[in-house]
Amino acid sequence: MHEFRFEPVELPPAAQELRRQVRALIAEEVARGAFNPSQHTWSSFDADFSRKCGERGFIGMIWPKKYGGHERTALERYVVTEEMLAGGAPVGGHWVADRQSGHQILRNGSERAKSEILPKIAAGTCFFAIGMSEPDSGSDLAAVRTRASKAEGGWKISGTKVWTSSAHRAHYLIALVRTAPKEEDRHAGLTQFIVDLSRPGVTVRPIYNLYGGHDFNEVVFDDYFVPDDMVMGGVGKGWQMVTGELAFERSGPDRFLSTFQLFLESIRQVGPAPDDRAANDIGRFIAHVATLRRMSTSVAGMLQRGAQPNVEAALVKDMGTAFEREIPEVFRHLIPTEPALGPGASYPELLGMTMLQAPGFTIRGGTREILRGIIARGLGLR
Amino acid sequence: MSADLLKTIDRVFEEHCGKGVREAAEGGAWPAGLWQALEDVGLTTAALAEDAGGSGLEFGDAMLALRRTAYHAAPVPLAETMLAGRLLSAAGIAVPAGALTVAPVHGADRLEIARGASGYTVYGTARRVPWGNQCAHVVVAGECNGEAMVGLAQAAGMAGSVERNLAGEPRAEMHFKAAPLIAAAPLADAHARMGAEGALLRSVQMAGALERSLEYALLYANERVQFGRPIGKFQAIQHLLAVLAGQVAASSAAADAAVEACRESPDGFMVPVAKARIGEAAGRAAEIAHQVHGAMGYTREHNLHYVTRRLWSWRDEFGNETHWQMRLGRMIAAKGADALWPMLTGV
Ligand SMILES: Cc1cc2nc3c(=O)[nH]c(=O)nc-3n(C[C@H](O)[C@H](O)[C@H](O)COP(=O)(O)OP(=O)(O)OC[C@H]3O[C@@H](n4cnc5c(N)ncnc54)[C@H](O)[C@@H]3O)c2cc1C
Repeated sequence: MHEFRFEPVELPPAAQELRRQVRALIAEEVARGAFNPSQHTWSSFDADFSRKCGERGFIGMIWPKKYGGHERTALERYVVTEEMLAGGAPVGGHWVADRQSGHQILRNGSERAKSEILPKIAAGTCFFAIGMSEPDSGSDLAAVRTRASKAEGGWKISGTKVWTSSAHRAHYLIALVRTAPKEEDRHAGLTQFIVDLSRPGVTVRPIYNLYGGHDFNEVVFDDYFVPDDMVMGGVGKGWQMVTGELAFERSGPDRFLSTFQLFLESIRQVGPAPDDRAANDIGRFIAHVATLRRMSTSVAGMLQRGAQPNVEAALVKDMGTAFEREIPEVFRHLIPTEPALGPGASYPELLGMTMLQAPGFTIRGGTREILRGIIARGLGLR
Repeated sequence: MSADLLKTIDRVFEEHCGKGVREAAEGGAWPAGLWQALEDVGLTTAALAEDAGGSGLEFGDAMLALRRTAYHAAPVPLAETMLAGRLLSAAGIAVPAGALTVAPVHGADRLEIARGASGYTVYGTARRVPWGNQCAHVVVAGECNGEAMVGLAQAAGMAGSVERNLAGEPRAEMHFKAAPLIAAAPLADAHARMGAEGALLRSVQMAGALERSLEYALLYANERVQFGRPIGKFQAIQHLLAVLAGQVAASSAAADAAVEACRESPDGFMVPVAKARIGEAAGRAAEIAHQVHGAMGYTREHNLHYVTRRLWSWRDEFGNETHWQMRLGRMIAAKGADALWPMLTGV
């Protein structure tokens, strides 16, 4: 049996100073009216804010200086990301590039990819999207059908990706593509490519989501040419890389703080002297978030030590997303209001917006059912 | 903590805590052999500082040891002895040998301490005192002319009627009528501190019992065959166990965090977090562990009930989830939402 030990980690001494710096940046931006924290989640896009994060050294924190990074530790980066989320900062522009794409490029990209792309990501001016899902390949990711065939000096990609968040605002995406016919081992023959979205042969079309917003897209490749040096980690290594990426994608504070702004706003609405029921529900969420934070920090510590905590990450995401989804469901009982459509300028709108976003929490980044399957495998049941 | 200590504990339970001892304990017999063995390996004084008679363990390690004894569903007042000892030593009173308990622990029960010519005495009734009928001494918390104090009293002869919690652990009504205190000393917020330390130790115990419930459920899921395969191969069972594992892991993390924060004295934020979070996990986990075990788990034959009956008891002792959640909720509401994140991060 796998033992799930969420070992305690000690945050680095620099954490306190970093917290102060991030809080100061957010306070400055809020003071000058740049954004309203309660309206934002980690998927909110704001290129200007991303650039400021880059200037202050909050992106690519753990990468080498020669690629624009800051050679800090994974735990220091963790502290910055959780502060951004708790403060309601619109980090959606650079989030994916900082959380996973840049990391992949650093470990598996060519020298050209590293030296051309990483400094731009770290500067907060270059954004990434994730090209994994397809119309016929969701949870069953190895079923992707987008294909690449060898061409002179590179590869030609054809096929369709869907649900590609931010593809219309990103400069690049990393696409998981079949480069050899399916064999007995379904995980063989898959390769990841860095796709420059400004080049011809790729079309991005909006798919409007549940709340009527344009966040994700359909991305169609038609004989799109990728040079050899934009292949990641070698032909046929795609599956290993994708699974390695998931621990980064799944365990972070973004998997339990998506509705934190609604939580804070709800506490404000309830006021300083809650009745028993409201006090009880608020207290319960506090106990949950304190525990989740402890677990998520522990996974950050494992990543820093170079471990592959895929099962622990799945566990934190499963519990974290359940927690996020419960927040609107509980506060709608405590605060007499009706959810309203709108960007979140008032409490009813914030509640309404969160409700319409909530179904995605337990789907994106691996569905709840898939995560429970991973945990069960970790328990030795599969 | 050294893996050796865990092994030692496992061996003690293997040798001294068979089914016969457990059943006899539930019937009212004192498990003298088990208690002696725990004393011999230094566990009964493990939570004390070395200069207060402790066995030299770090507090965190002492709590891991306590957790392991709960994993073994120990039918002895080890947590109570640790708690009583910690209160005494915080007040500068020498800790006596033998099993100890604390009072008052139930509902609105309060005790009065009075100072007379021949020393301190204690008055009042304390209900559901854990192991009150089987401990040598009881540590009482109460007020003496408005000052919070703790005192040490003989427990023998003080217990009236004895109830049992769901796990069959004795909970005695104790009547103090000018009972003389062997020693007494002021301790700030003595009664609240007793409650908070009690909640901390129950949280640690629940974390241990939860671990065992998961282990039992996994064993059974791999062993029990229906429709030609182990039930653990069914996705529905796998998902139940995944949820159970999550509850256990969360409890473990919450217990660790609370222990870290409470080395010196109970922490006003982390104790409520742990007792509330783990109390909730206890109910959810026990439900799943039983569902996976089918009728077998509904028997006294299988050992699952030794841990689940404790979980169902302990979650309501020293304040249930609602008690601690309301406290947390009120604290944050009064300070304002903006105080929450600094409280979570300590900055
Ligand atoms: C807001 C949002 C943003 C997203 N952004 C991106 C992105 O940027 N890039 C990207 O590549 N993808 C993205 N996705 C797609 C996401 O990764 C997929 O939606 C997800 O992997 C599930 O795939 P699916 O939607 O095809 O559902 P399906 O796989 O068809 O699943 C449908 C249902 O069946 C269940 N199911 C499937 N297989 C099993 C099984 N073996 N056992 C039990 N139950 C099963 C699922 O749990 C689910 O409940 C995004 C999705 C959302 C909602």
